Amino acid sequence: MDNIINIKIIDRNQTVHEVEAPTDMSMNLMEVCKSYELPVEGICGGMALCASCHVYVESDHELPEASTDEEDMLDQAFFVKNNSRLGCQIKMRDEIDGLVVRLAPVAG
Amino acid sequence: MIDTDIIIIGAGPVGLFTVFEAGLLKLRCHLIDSLGQPGGQLTEIYPKKPIYDIPGYPSVLAQELVEKLMQQIEPFKPGFTLGERAEKLVRINDNTWEVTTHKGTVHRAPVVAIAGGLGSFEPRKPPIYNIIDYEDNGVDYIIKDPEKYRGKKVVIAGGGDSALDWSIILADIADEVSLVHRRTSFRGALDSVEKVMELAQKGKINLITNAQVIGLEGDTNLTNIVVEEDDKPSYTVALDHFIPLFGLAPKLGPIGEWGLEISDNAIIVDTLDYSTNLNGIYAIGDVNTYQGKLKLILCGFHEGTLMVQSAFKLIHPNQKLSFKYTTVAGVNAF
Repeated sequence: MDNIINIKIIDRNQTVHEVEAPTDMSMNLMEVCKSYELPVEGICGGMALCASCHVYVESDHELPEASTDEEDMLDQAFFVKNNSRLGCQIKMRDEIDGLVVRLAPVAG
Repeated sequence: MIDTDIIIIGAGPVGLFTVFEAGLLKLRCHLIDSLGQPGGQLTEIYPKKPIYDIPGYPSVLAQELVEKLMQQIEPFKPGFTLGERAEKLVRINDNTWEVTTHKGTVHRAPVVAIAGGLGSFEPRKPPIYNIIDYEDNGVDYIIKDPEKYRGKKVVIAGGGDSALDWSIILADIADEVSLVHRRTSFRGALDSVEKVMELAQKGKINLITNAQVIGLEGDTNLTNIVVEEDDKPSYTVALDHFIPLFGLAPKLGPIGEWGLEISDNAIIVDTLDYSTNLNGIYAIGDVNTYQGKLKLILCGFHEGTLMVQSAFKLIHPNQKLSFKYTTVAGVNAF
């Protein structure tokens, strides 16, 4: 279908959710997770200011580099790995069709 | 003891504006907030972000909105208990609720408006399984008195302004200061970053980058931490104090234990007047939930405005409330 991409989201119980996301509604991955009622808080609403949408990118898609804001926020997050990103900074675009992400654990 | 008409828990934008609407009805307010300054999330999380959906302001910086709200409520002389978290809510009698903070400050009023947003801001705790065992026995999330660390071995973790600033300050006080950070570059003010680099070169700060603290060891008191550096086997470091500085995150906290009906970390309210299941307790702004709820500052302003009308009737059951426009009556200060 036009303007729809497929994304695999692995939750914290290892359940794989294969979801469809529109590319023409300026949505980000945090919003996609929330719309499928996956356990992602998104406290700050997508400003890269809370790290509650921390995910690991597990497919080899080339994503735009993390902004300084995003890196700064990841400094305050825990369980950060080399493939850590903030879901709210991953925009839904055709190029990331087939993306696989895993939700990072939540601290305390 | 502090006596007032409405105790407002949370000094974010919604709590602040409620003071104005209450003031128009000659109701006095006192605000309690766990943060040391008013503004809530706006001041703590995004002071420099522009907000575009405040009516009449095509764009306003979050911090500027807080300053304007403070100006707007100034005529009504609100009281503030800042830097203290509302801990206990107890009904004293039919017309009085008592709110006590974690520092023991007591507030009494017939009405309590909970405008607690996402909860109170608490330090982010690293996910090390036994960290709780060492809290106050070697692990500090907040530095109250730097003198505590005189002559001690201190390890700070984090990469932001507070981690940098405290490393600089403690370099002169503590016997040894190490700073552990997950990257090689630091965010934070440029002069602080340069100063830390300079102190590291002089050997006054032991900089451990591309690393994180993954374990804590010791009997009653913390004696060692386990550090994991990229591409190296993990190793232990002896120390007296471990100070993780990873900023603050909101937690609903004690509000969840006050007997209020809660759904999904939010308080269920009646949209007639934003009252909760407890008589005299209201919830406004991001902390409440109802069908169609939107977490917008704009909506919180509306909720606070309707809420004080209901609070007035509760506080003055025998008085008639006549609604007046500010364009007609002006703002009559206390």
